[in-house]
Amino acid sequence: MASTTRRLLLAFAAAGLLTVTACSSSSDTEAGKDNPNLDTAACSAYAAYKGQGLDGKTVSVSTSIRDTEADLLKQSWKAFTDCTGIKIDYAGTSDFEAQLPIKVQGGNAPDIAFIPQPGLLATFAKQGALKPASAATKAEAEKNYSPDWLKYSTVDGKLYGAPLGSNVKSFVWYSPSMFKEKGWAIPTTWDELITLSNTIAATGMKPWCAGIESGGATGWPATDWIEDIVLRDQGPEVYDQWVAHTIPFNDPKIVSATDRAGSILKNPAYVNGGLGDVKSIATTSFQEGGIPITQKKCALHRQASFYANQWPKGTKVAEDGDVFAFYFPAIDPAKGKPVLGGGEFVAAFADRNEVKAFQTYLASADHANSRAKLGNWVSANKGLDIANVSNPIDKKSVEILQDSASVFRFDGSDLMPAAVGAGSFWKGMTDWITGKSTKDTLDYIESSWPK
Amino acid sequence: MNFDWTAEGPKLLELLYGVLAFLAVVGVLLLVLDKLPLRKDRWVAAAFLFPAGALLMIGLIIPAIRTTILSFQGASTFEAKWVGLDNYKWIFTQREALITLRNTLLWVVLVPLIATSIGLIYAVLVDKARLESFAKALIFMPMAISFVGAGIIWKFVYAYRPPGEQQIGLLNQIVVWFGGEPRQWLLDSPWNTLFLIVVLIWIQAGFAMVVLSASIKAIPTEIVEAARLDGVTPWQMFWQVTIPSIRPALIVVLVTITVGTLKVFDIVRAMTSGNFDTSVLAYGMYDYAFVRYDSGKGAAFAVLLFVLVTPIIIYQIRNLRQQRTIR
Amino acid sequence: MSALVDPPTAAGRVKRRLSSRTATVVSIVIALVWTIPTFGLFLSSLRPEDQIKSNGWWNFFSDPQLTLHNYGEVLFSANDQSGRLASYFINSIVITIPAVLFPLFFCALAAYALSWTKFRGRDWIYIAIFALQVVPLQMALVPLLSFFSKGIAIGSTYWKPWDFQGPDKFIQVWFAHACFALPLGIFLLHNFMAELPNDLIEAARVDGAGHARIFRSIVLPLIVPALASLAIFQFLWVWNDLLVAMIFADGTEKTAPLTVKLADLAGTRGNEWQRLTAGAFVSIIVPLVVFLSLQRFFVRGLLAGSVKG
Repeated sequence: MASTTRRLLLAFAAAGLLTVTACSSSSDTEAGKDNPNLDTAACSAYAAYKGQGLDGKTVSVSTSIRDTEADLLKQSWKAFTDCTGIKIDYAGTSDFEAQLPIKVQGGNAPDIAFIPQPGLLATFAKQGALKPASAATKAEAEKNYSPDWLKYSTVDGKLYGAPLGSNVKSFVWYSPSMFKEKGWAIPTTWDELITLSNTIAATGMKPWCAGIESGGATGWPATDWIEDIVLRDQGPEVYDQWVAHTIPFNDPKIVSATDRAGSILKNPAYVNGGLGDVKSIATTSFQEGGIPITQKKCALHRQASFYANQWPKGTKVAEDGDVFAFYFPAIDPAKGKPVLGGGEFVAAFADRNEVKAFQTYLASADHANSRAKLGNWVSANKGLDIANVSNPIDKKSVEILQDSASVFRFDGSDLMPAAVGAGSFWKGMTDWITGKSTKDTLDYIESSWPK
Repeated sequence: MNFDWTAEGPKLLELLYGVLAFLAVVGVLLLVLDKLPLRKDRWVAAAFLFPAGALLMIGLIIPAIRTTILSFQGASTFEAKWVGLDNYKWIFTQREALITLRNTLLWVVLVPLIATSIGLIYAVLVDKARLESFAKALIFMPMAISFVGAGIIWKFVYAYRPPGEQQIGLLNQIVVWFGGEPRQWLLDSPWNTLFLIVVLIWIQAGFAMVVLSASIKAIPTEIVEAARLDGVTPWQMFWQVTIPSIRPALIVVLVTITVGTLKVFDIVRAMTSGNFDTSVLAYGMYDYAFVRYDSGKGAAFAVLLFVLVTPIIIYQIRNLRQQRTIR
Repeated sequence: MSALVDPPTAAGRVKRRLSSRTATVVSIVIALVWTIPTFGLFLSSLRPEDQIKSNGWWNFFSDPQLTLHNYGEVLFSANDQSGRLASYFINSIVITIPAVLFPLFFCALAAYALSWTKFRGRDWIYIAIFALQVVPLQMALVPLLSFFSKGIAIGSTYWKPWDFQGPDKFIQVWFAHACFALPLGIFLLHNFMAELPNDLIEAARVDGAGHARIFRSIVLPLIVPALASLAIFQFLWVWNDLLVAMIFADGTEKTAPLTVKLADLAGTRGNEWQRLTAGAFVSIIVPLVVFLSLQRFFVRGLLAGSVKG
């Protein structure tokens, strides 16, 4: 049994503790100072950020970009943070899309989020959670990005941020050494692609390999297939109508495009090299989907530019190397060069000076070049000097993005409402691969479109 | 390795504050309770229940009420739109949602029964055996692994490569060794649900084993001796002495595992993401509320979880009544 | 202990009579089935990356190649700032200790009130708390988060007497874990406490002891084994938790625990199997050590008292 003294001591401890915790949360350093570095010659590029009192301020960033790629990003804005004195609190999370709405609804949004889904960005903007881009950010964004790109982050006439990184999805990966050995040529039209597939199938090798398993997002690589082919089979106008739901999801035009995708993906003679039968596409992780190319068990794998990071160590990614990618050919090249792609947008949930400054900086050509020099980076930033892009596949992507013949469209599932784009479309395509008919699949997705 | 200890200082200080705060709370509460001239049990109980009650109110009761309200609303939480019972109608008419319900029932029946049985059998078998604590640690180990880790482990076990290729999954390798064709375990409904259930059984059997083993050890030796003198067979001993003696523990284990099973979603998420007809209520809730941003349907799934637990609650009430009358 | 002097426990007798060979075989089979998957992962974590990805771990026996490279990568060089894992490790400890202590004490208090004080509606409160076990964690995230960021709603205005910044964010995580641990904890402790002998409590009452004193000097010492067991389960839950930490800590090395870092190791597009396997083992070492060292508390048992009717 505790003695009275001990009890008294405990009571004092409690009282003391309360005062200590009350004092421990001291306020931030006072506002309104510039970092002295800003006046040095090395920081002349950041003169525009003078006089805003940015020194010592913190900007929190939330994103799905993690690990090595996150380190490269942090390195890319080092000059900016050294000069302005802004601190960046970077949090990359594996479950970004599920967490961001929780944090926003809970009133605990980060200052800046890199949002890969324009649909999600629009939801936040309409709800009033996002702050419109400042005049400086807007000017920088309009200088560096085409209106085509900025329209994805514009809601009700207001711009909410510029793109950061981008990727090009209309690529077919292949092995240049294998093609050379067998005497195959890179197809430039859809018909050539099918002829090549038949040629390869005749040698006993399954020409294509694919994998669409991706944890909670299983099915997305198949939705990219459909989007890419709607863009080719029906053209960009129908694509836009389909994404905006002015034509139903199960419109005959979409049925025809899906069947065209099925003529490859669900063709037992074509898939799934080195991985099993057609159904194995559904259980093969997308990271492993193209690996059989390096084992000479399949020849073709349609996947985005970022697949360059998935090859086993020691695989040479180059036009004359072990693997490389060619442009996923158009059905009618006369109608231009349809390109499917994606990217993330820098959206701000706060409008403090330091947040605006960081958002402006990320829209600049300076940052795009700084990041590109570190490798593994594609951006649609027009100020990006292609000489700074070292990786051949990134170079090719930037060329495609900057090519005036390209008809660029953003990944449709990222534009659709989440109930479809992150739900029934993914799930529907997974069922489609495992045997559901095209009509049933599209009917199911159509029925899930929010009214 | 350039580790910056100064950055860790504030954290450790915070930990110290936390522990001090804990001691302070314990001290102050006990002191106050001791000094207060509380004559009526009612007031004592109120004081004892206050800390837990406040936390429960903020952390669980308010969210539960909010969830129930959400389940009568449309997709967006930003602009409340009443839809009445639409979300529930949807659940009971959609094939996808019905399969989710069926799977949940399958989980709730199989996991507690099998996990508890295996835990019990193992507890009896290793009791007083040599290396008992080591043997128990083996079964308990899965409990120490996070659900995410367990997902990784079992994905490796079930991995598939086409016939003729090198298998990387143990189960298929065994099938191949015995001359069979490798199979895609996670693809064919409804068998795939059983393969997922195995994972949770694997995790929960350790819990059952630990708790049951403890209560077996607490069976008074006199009872056992008396039974032995009566000349009962081992089977009779098991059914007539062991089981009745540990009945309260068995019930606690079954109930705890059942509730845990109802809430399981990490395993489904890690292994199949609810594809191939393997979804369960808790996963459906997560999927709709946080991936498809349809909080109304997500909440409706959650409310169904509350409903499914009512049989257990009724059973608990009955149990409690019996207990009180005995005393 | 030899079989000859096996004390006559019920289980011991059942086992001996059930031809002990079958018993041994069955228990070995169960032990093997339960261990092999983890063992496979462990062996995988020691194999070179290209081998993990191309063939099964059992090939190790025909082609033994071991490397500590995966562990080195996980522990020291996966990111630019080496040694950061240690920082996450400290975060995990800072989160776990108070997140176990607080609910434990509150559960004990509440369980006592529900089993040894008499007031109207007691059973209904108990049943309600029991039922709260089923409220899914995910549904509580938004309301709890807005409680922290906006404060307590009084009408349409908010009263917020706190502002959690920097290391104070840990308080949010402790608070959240404490809330979620209560229903199960109260349920388990109540089961245990309700079975304590009535005479013991009555005798103390007759001596004039108040509830606070009975709780402190009689009940608490008696339920130490149950508290220890509950502490271990709560420890496992908090240590392995990812979701609560991701929402309430801010995901940077300032407050995020080990699990967040390990989820991070999978890479942005998640195919770094060699790191995942090694990372999984780094994360289970602590729970395993805690379990093994506290196992004797289990033996005395979570419900050891419950059989004395």
